[in-house]
Amino acid sequence: MRGVRVFFKMLIRALARQKRKHLMIAFTVGLGVSLATAMLGVMFDVGDKVNQELKSYGANLSVVPKGASMLGDLYQSREIDSGADGKANGQVDGRADGRASGRADGKANGRASGRADGKANGRVSGRADDGTISLDDNDYLPEDQLYKIKMIFWAYNIVDFAPYLTVEVQAGDQTVPLTGTWFNRTINLPTGESVTTGMMALKSWWTLNGAPGDDGAPLKALVGSELAKRQNLAPGSRLSVKGPNGLSRELTVAGVFHSGGEEDNGIVSTLALAQELADRPGLVQRVEVSALTTPENELARRAALNPGSLSRVEWDTWYCTAYISSIAYQIEEILPMVRVKPILRVAQSEGAILEKTQLMIVILTILTLLCSALAISNLVTANVMERSVEIGLMKALGASGLAITALVLAEILVASCFGGLAGYLVGLGLAQLIGLTVFGSWVAVKLAVIPIGALMVLAVSLAGSLPALRALLRLKPTEVLHGR
Amino acid sequence: MSDNILDVIDVSKIYGPVKALQNVSLSVRPGEWLAIMGPSGSGKTTLMNIVGCLDSPSLGRVILDGLGLDQLTAGELTAIRREAIGLIFQQFHLIGYLNALENVMVAQYYHSLVDEAEALEALAKVGLADRAKHLPRQLSGGEQQRVCVARALINHPKLLLADEPTGNLDETNEGLVMDILHGLHRQGGTIIVVTHSPEVAQHAERVVVLEHGRVASDSRGADFSDPSGASQTA
Ligand SMILES: Nc1ncnc2c1ncn2[C@@H]1O[C@H](COP(=O)(O)OP(=O)(O)OP(=O)(O)O)[C@@H](O)[C@H]1O
Ligand SMILES: [Mg+2]
Repeated sequence: MRGVRVFFKMLIRALARQKRKHLMIAFTVGLGVSLATAMLGVMFDVGDKVNQELKSYGANLSVVPKGASMLGDLYQSREIDSGADGKANGQVDGRADGRASGRADGKANGRASGRADGKANGRVSGRADDGTISLDDNDYLPEDQLYKIKMIFWAYNIVDFAPYLTVEVQAGDQTVPLTGTWFNRTINLPTGESVTTGMMALKSWWTLNGAPGDDGAPLKALVGSELAKRQNLAPGSRLSVKGPNGLSRELTVAGVFHSGGEEDNGIVSTLALAQELADRPGLVQRVEVSALTTPENELARRAALNPGSLSRVEWDTWYCTAYISSIAYQIEEILPMVRVKPILRVAQSEGAILEKTQLMIVILTILTLLCSALAISNLVTANVMERSVEIGLMKALGASGLAITALVLAEILVASCFGGLAGYLVGLGLAQLIGLTVFGSWVAVKLAVIPIGALMVLAVSLAGSLPALRALLRLKPTEVLHGR
Repeated sequence: MSDNILDVIDVSKIYGPVKALQNVSLSVRPGEWLAIMGPSGSGKTTLMNIVGCLDSPSLGRVILDGLGLDQLTAGELTAIRREAIGLIFQQFHLIGYLNALENVMVAQYYHSLVDEAEALEALAKVGLADRAKHLPRQLSGGEQQRVCVARALINHPKLLLADEPTGNLDETNEGLVMDILHGLHRQGGTIIVVTHSPEVAQHAERVVVLEHGRVASDSRGADFSDPSGASQTA
């Protein structure tokens, strides 16, 4: 159709003639869209990212032997109320043990206060060391069963787990806790899959000077920064340790770590070494698990109190949702000898932080788009004002408000689409930049961002054009076509 | 009612202290050719704008082709401009980024269908066949004015309102434009021409003189298409 041709001719000529203004519009839209794309791209991906990030604040499940845990129940729940974090985890279990031994030798009160000032490990092992208590095997978990943690219904939500066995050793003239663990162990599941898990990933807030621990090198160990300072140890130093059973081992310091907690006074070694020094082959004292969880709700809270109180349907819903309580329940199902305690504070804040982060991103995105719309509004208004004579003339020639609006809008949309496309591409890059700098990983931008981006371009340019279009419709030809 | 194409009834246009038009009444029959003359500032353009549905009177009514303009919405007024009126502005006004041909085609586009051949022919009639692809700024004042004439006539308007259509033209081109107006007149078109030029006014059948916004004289000659006929001076 010829009419369409005239329209496009007018459109193209108008675009070409006001190149700079349209470039500015494109640039403004591009800026808004690039930021919005980046933020939304990050937001859609942020669930995993934030969860992975929060994992570094410690495990959110603590797996302990049933017997030990039962005795420690009271104590443990108090500890959680007073604000457990990932690091408290180890102490909780340590205390549980200590509590048990404390009861055994009738010095519960003294113990408890000692622990309260944060020296759980020392005390516990100290007791064990002077042989006043007998540790029975109910206080331990079999190392070779732990792989089952990765075989529960929510296996894929188990991000990481690591077992621990702490033994008090003689290092130089000091008694220090030596904790054996899996640093970064790959285990093969009966399903044929293999998973890599261990302490290094759980304790990602630790800073490490030197090499990370190596599960294959039992005589290499990590030393806490406090201990290293006291004993003048550095990566490569030698350190002789002697277990309660009299066994001596000459260790090489692979690295010095700083955790900011009690661990800085101790040694972290392979599980095998700790088992050897403690005379507990194949056993661990506790396991820390980091799981991705759904924020708790009413159902989860009721289930946590008493899973038996749920109706059939509620039960299914609960079981098939990655609540921290259902994951805990499933681990207890698959490992009957354990008791799993959620570390509630961490789990809750995890969900809350995620939601808050996403809300913040949405708000920022809306604000960004609002700013773009404002800037576009100015540009379009200037554009329309500059062309008022032309617009008045078109009206005088019989152009309807709709026809002129269509032309002006088409111009803005063409400019906006170019800007939006460029902005989208820049935004993809920006998202990666944010992902890499903030979360240390690539962001997988979801396809959903494209239609949302297109809608944003449309909304922003339309909203931005509205005031100018109103002025355009109100414009009287005689006001601009001064024929007098 | 009346079978006039235009009835201006007791129209005043007041701009603050300035009374651009005062109680102007005027009736135009279909097919009539009217010249409006008068000194600068006498309200000629104001009257044309009101008749052309671009402006509304402060007082009084205008009835165009049986329709009371005061009763119509902005959209309906636009439709009348588009369908029935051809406008030639005193200061021509072309769209700067469109060439001469496209400027004519824009009027077709808003009116109905675009016909490039017809638009070219209209340009040829005003002697601009070889200027079709020139942008307004590449055209002289007279050439621009002739593009405006071509644009105003392209949709065969019932009523042509021409404000100084020959103000910038030499004799030859003035003759060209006058021939075109005669053509429209022969086809039954109604023409209102504002002019300072007695020669141009001579072509009209009737001359209305405005002074200080009032109708000073309204004289109907026999047939002014003959230059030797009676003439008025402003
Ligand atoms: N928008 C306006 N605001 C104020 N005064 C106006 C406006 N439009 C016209 N006038 C005044 O109305 C009077 C008539 O103006 P108009 O343009 O109709 O004169 P004209 O007869 O066309 O003059 P010319 O021959 O110079 O074109 C003038 O005094 C002018 O200053
Ligand atoms: Mg005038």
